[in-house]
Amino acid sequence: MAEIVRLDGLTLGYEHHPAVHHLTGGFAEGSLTAVVGPNGAGKSTLIKGIMGLLRPLSGRVSRRGLVPGDIAWLPQQAEIDRSFPITVLDTVLLGLWRRTGGLGAVTPALHAAARDALAAVGLAGFERRVIGTLSAGQTQRVLFARLLVQESRLILLDEPFAAVDARTTTDLLALVRRWHDEGRTVIAVLHDLDQVRRHFPDCLLLARELIGWGPTAEVATPALLARARAMAEAWDNNADWCRRGAAA
Amino acid sequence: MTHPVYDLLFAPFVDFAFMRRALVACLALALGCGPVGIFLVLRRMSLMADAMSHALLPGAALGFLVAGLWLPAMSLGGFLAGLAVAVLAGLVARLTPLREDASFAGFYLISLAAGVLLVSLRGSNVDLLHVLFGTILAVDDQSLVLVATIASVTLVVLAAIYRPLVAECFDPSFLRAVGGGGGWVHLGFLVLVVLNLVAGFQALGTLMSVGLMMLPAAAARFWAREVWSLAAVATTTAFLSGWVGLLLSFYANLPSGPAIILVAGVFYLASVAGGRHGSLRARFFPGRHREA
Repeated sequence: MAEIVRLDGLTLGYEHHPAVHHLTGGFAEGSLTAVVGPNGAGKSTLIKGIMGLLRPLSGRVSRRGLVPGDIAWLPQQAEIDRSFPITVLDTVLLGLWRRTGGLGAVTPALHAAARDALAAVGLAGFERRVIGTLSAGQTQRVLFARLLVQESRLILLDEPFAAVDARTTTDLLALVRRWHDEGRTVIAVLHDLDQVRRHFPDCLLLARELIGWGPTAEVATPALLARARAMAEAWDNNADWCRRGAAA
Repeated sequence: MTHPVYDLLFAPFVDFAFMRRALVACLALALGCGPVGIFLVLRRMSLMADAMSHALLPGAALGFLVAGLWLPAMSLGGFLAGLAVAVLAGLVARLTPLREDASFAGFYLISLAAGVLLVSLRGSNVDLLHVLFGTILAVDDQSLVLVATIASVTLVVLAAIYRPLVAECFDPSFLRAVGGGGGWVHLGFLVLVVLNLVAGFQALGTLMSVGLMMLPAAAARFWAREVWSLAAVATTTAFLSGWVGLLLSFYANLPSGPAIILVAGVFYLASVAGGRHGSLRARFFPGRHREA
């Protein structure tokens, strides 16, 4: 199957220190991949790199034929301002940006789409509530509703089930399955390995360096996971300069 | 024989043209500053607006040195100085790890020092001090047109960038992800802030121009919960502050600028104490509650 995103020797990082180091590989169109690894392994950085929000230190990301509107992103909740006085419905309507732009009218049909999305995540009746009055799990449902109306080809989820209870997780996982069945490509940063084994056919195991990438059964093995855990969390301020880029 | 309430609240404006002009200036200021102030509060930029208002000083002083006591030159100078500080501070914040508040502080202090230096070159010029501290009771037709124009431009531009501006406050990376041009929206908003500070400095002086922007906006947070209603409350509060402040200054022979801002301050304190959402009253006297 054709690749929707290709990484070539991708190195992302901060102040010369790589958080993702020389990562090469591709995400097939329609694949459902879990990105796993210890804290500080570069998972969120990788997601931002794929989005194009971070400029690579070296290497490149090719998003073949994808325009910004084709990519939908679920940020970690810490990255949104939950004290901002915006209603649930308006939050979901933002997801229709590709059709409304900054100035376009929100037609009754788009309103209906947003209400349907809220119903699909179990939040019918919450339209006029302000985001700040919702629980973490409810907020996550709202953000999933926004992803639903975006109808994007590539969906990136950064810790979608953190601080979410079991029932909400089950509901939201069903949405992820639905996107997969619709042929959309989903890449999700996750921590729960049982969940990954049960629901995600592909797995990318990261510990700054790539440890493994392929079918989950072959990647989420005790041996590879132990290798990932052995990663030093702190970076070495006196680490040698990487020569791999020069050699290539 | 007219009604005493009418005499108290309306007669000064009916009888005196300068009071009418000042009231219209307050209305225009309220219309522009209300919504701009709300977005400043929501973006946690309240103190940056204050810094920016000080940054206008060298521009206004330079305008004065070049063209004398001629408001268009001083306004243009203030606008350019404020914009330069806003853009430079924004650039430093975006391109380096320095946070926006620190980079703002850096540039506004440079600007303020340059302003004080320029003012001192002319000694203690009373006309100049008048403009630096504001003279809403001496607003002439020319500055009234300027203030009203700025208010109109502000409302039109805000309507145009409303959606991306909300997205930029609430979830900036989402806006970047959908290619919504967050940087341009931010810049456009900063231009509006500077424009409204220029409008305010005509009436209230550089030191207090930010008062009609921030006090009503901060007060509104205790009464409303959505952006549009916050803006409506802030605008109304700002206008009422202008009205009551002008009356106070008329009857008690007080300087108008501080009177207006102090009335806005009373609205703010009253809101902190007794507002509907999150006020001290709501905290200490929560009242009845509903079924779970």
